[in-house]
Amino acid sequence: MKCQYCDKPATFHITELTEPDGPKVLHLCEHHARNVLQKGEPTPVSSVAGALAKQLQLGQTKEELRKLDQKECPVCGITFFEFRNSGRLGCPLDYDHFEADLKPLLINIHDSLEHTGKRPTRAAATADSQVDLIRLRKEMEVAVEREEYERASELRDQINAIQGEPKRRGNAT
Amino acid sequence: MKEATDLSVLAKNSGEWLRGTGPESDIVISSRIRLARNLAGFPFIRKCSPDDREKIQRQVRSRLENLPEWDEIPYVDITTLSEVDRQFLVERQLISREIADSEGSRAVAIDPSEQYSVMINEEDHLRIQVMHSGLDLISAWEQIDRIDDAIEGEVLYAFHSKFGYLTACPTNVGTGLRVSVMLHLPGLVITQQIEKVFRSMQRINVTVRGLYGEGSQYTGDFYQVSNQVTLGHTEKELLEMVGHEVVPRIIDYERKAREFLIEKGQQDLHDDVSRALGILSTARKISSEETMHYLSKVRMGVNLGLIDDVQLATINKLFIHTQPAHLQKLHGRVLTTSDRNVERASYLQRHLCGPADRADELN
Ligand SMILES: [Zn+2]
Ligand SMILES: [Zn+2]
Repeated sequence: MKCQYCDKPATFHITELTEPDGPKVLHLCEHHARNVLQKGEPTPVSSVAGALAKQLQLGQTKEELRKLDQKECPVCGITFFEFRNSGRLGCPLDYDHFEADLKPLLINIHDSLEHTGKRPTRAAATADSQVDLIRLRKEMEVAVEREEYERASELRDQINAIQGEPKRRGNAT
Repeated sequence: MKEATDLSVLAKNSGEWLRGTGPESDIVISSRIRLARNLAGFPFIRKCSPDDREKIQRQVRSRLENLPEWDEIPYVDITTLSEVDRQFLVERQLISREIADSEGSRAVAIDPSEQYSVMINEEDHLRIQVMHSGLDLISAWEQIDRIDDAIEGEVLYAFHSKFGYLTACPTNVGTGLRVSVMLHLPGLVITQQIEKVFRSMQRINVTVRGLYGEGSQYTGDFYQVSNQVTLGHTEKELLEMVGHEVVPRIIDYERKAREFLIEKGQQDLHDDVSRALGILSTARKISSEETMHYLSKVRMGVNLGLIDDVQLATINKLFIHTQPAHLQKLHGRVLTTSDRNVERASYLQRHLCGPADRADELN
């Protein structure tokens, strides 16, 4: 038997015992088995793909799906199609830009839409400031490339203002 | 932090989590918690340019250096490591296969006792991991929570008021928390109850994975239980789900299975376990899969008192030290598969034949 991911012989047979349709067996070579086991969690691509497949069965027509696939994040440029295929998003803004499309997916995966756990004491509070940060950084890169150092240092000050200075040890803030 | 380029010091020791003590350590090998975090103001890894990755790495490193207690933490630039060294860190569970195999700027900071490590530029910008011996989720959580707070004092995390910590994959969003408990369940495997036990837990939000070897129903007998969801529950709730609701029940079933085996077939079991030890301590060449298979039996034999001159810590270490990159690091050079099989057999022999205090030699 060959490995599911390459041409090497499958020497490991990993059983996922909690799949809803009964145990699911993966046949893998040593390299890919380690890959899967060391991650210690469901392979995200397959679980995202699975959840998406379920979601897309519920309603969306081919035409709607085609439109959705072309939708693109203005900051990182990832398309929904690329996300569907890779299981990975491109930037923090995607959670807002694709919010309506991600919600059913998040419900499928987590059965929830609301974070109730730990919160950082300081964080880029709004999506806007996170977008600004990414844009400013890109602009700064360009300015440095063009040797416009005054512009670059202005941009750096703006970035620092959004980020806030890191907390110093011993400060009682 | 100090740049670490020579990993052979690590090779001679064993991580704290392998010491074979801690609550329920006859069945629970380790408790691991990881947090996925991303920096605000950078794209996720998939959309990072090589330059972005370099910036993230340098920024995180310089911010971590602001933490006084991080002075002595070795910092490893993964791009400079040989294939064997990368594999070695994977075998020790200090880095993931994913970060070992990927390309571009990436690094890991490793606590010298190997209880925690921080990967930079894995699937997320930061992957913080803590690993303890036995079933020890509460103190593992307290430790990782402190590390997370310290890092958060230095960098700005990508956080969403509704969705929580933002991650590259929606399966990790919210808490970014994955709790994994590694269990050794030979009793349930031999009595063929393992699937039944796990199936009875299906409605609980956990993932169970087992490792099976070719041609044999039970090679290894190791299973990992982890939480499936990361959004909508607090960290404490997720820890309780795995550590209080699921794992203790599995432990209970495994204990019952072992008791049953002892009552029903003491002689057969004793014979099986002794033969396994015999093969491990006399073989002249042995594959890593066969080693896993027999070490698993011996481990159970030690826990059931059928073998009394081998220590649990020795067995735990042998699982790691007989893997390919470890053998090569310990031997000091690259070995072919067949050379490794010979070296592995001789390594096992050195550590399994002789008085019980042989275990000390591993340290
Ligand atoms: Zn393969
Ligand atoms: Zn984006």
